[in-house]
Amino acid sequence: MGRLRRAPVGAHYGLRDWIAQRITALVLLVFLLWVAVALLLGGRFDYEGWSAVFAPAPMKLSAALAWLALCYHAWVGVRDIWMDYVHHTGVRLALHVATIVWLLYCFAWSVQILWSV
Amino acid sequence: MTNPTPTPAAARRQIRNIGIGDLIAYRLPLPGVVSILHRVSGLLMFLLLPFLLWLFELSLSSSSSFERLVAFGQGSFARLVLLALGWALLHHMCAGLRFLLLDRHVGLDRAAARRSAWIVFAVSVPLALLLALLLFGVL
Repeated sequence: MGRLRRAPVGAHYGLRDWIAQRITALVLLVFLLWVAVALLLGGRFDYEGWSAVFAPAPMKLSAALAWLALCYHAWVGVRDIWMDYVHHTGVRLALHVATIVWLLYCFAWSVQILWSV
Repeated sequence: MTNPTPTPAAARRQIRNIGIGDLIAYRLPLPGVVSILHRVSGLLMFLLLPFLLWLFELSLSSSSSFERLVAFGQGSFARLVLLALGWALLHHMCAGLRFLLLDRHVGLDRAAARRSAWIVFAVSVPLALLLALLLFGVL
């Protein structure tokens, strides 16, 4: 059997994910600062103050986008780890699929939490 | 690092992957420590993602679940996990900002890269210690 020139889980989609990793990092940084400022401006550090931060609809949507950014960011980073240490194509593919499914599950969970407030 | 005398291809040392013995023998420079801890902290946060979401859910669902979260935060094991999560976030953010600057070609030379690696630890470690003091009720 000939050796594949391109593994199905190889790094042939480098630049887009590289840049997405950096942009999602900045999105998360800005969002964390925003939450911190909103909480400090509210001045209440109990349940009322905390849930008030996430009550407005724009904040819910922004928070959902931030969780999405976190999932994309985590995907790129974890994928890099699998690519560095797991060399068996089948095992790596299984880990990639499991990571994607798990991160999408976590994103859906975060949406469910946000709209329960 | 440089090899001034050209060697014939046959005599050239074979290129191979790093082995466990090398890992112990090499002294990793400080920027290397920042880098590997960036990976370790990122993986740790990925593994703790369900824990984080669970905390987020408890914090927002209702005032009674918020109270349960506060009660959970009294446990010493819970505090250790929160401290690990806090350190991971602090290191990952500081090291990540440094990598973003390096991407912008800021501080690429060796001296500057070493200095910025020091700054990452000088910021993240005291903040993590402060978090530890807050979590374990010393402050």
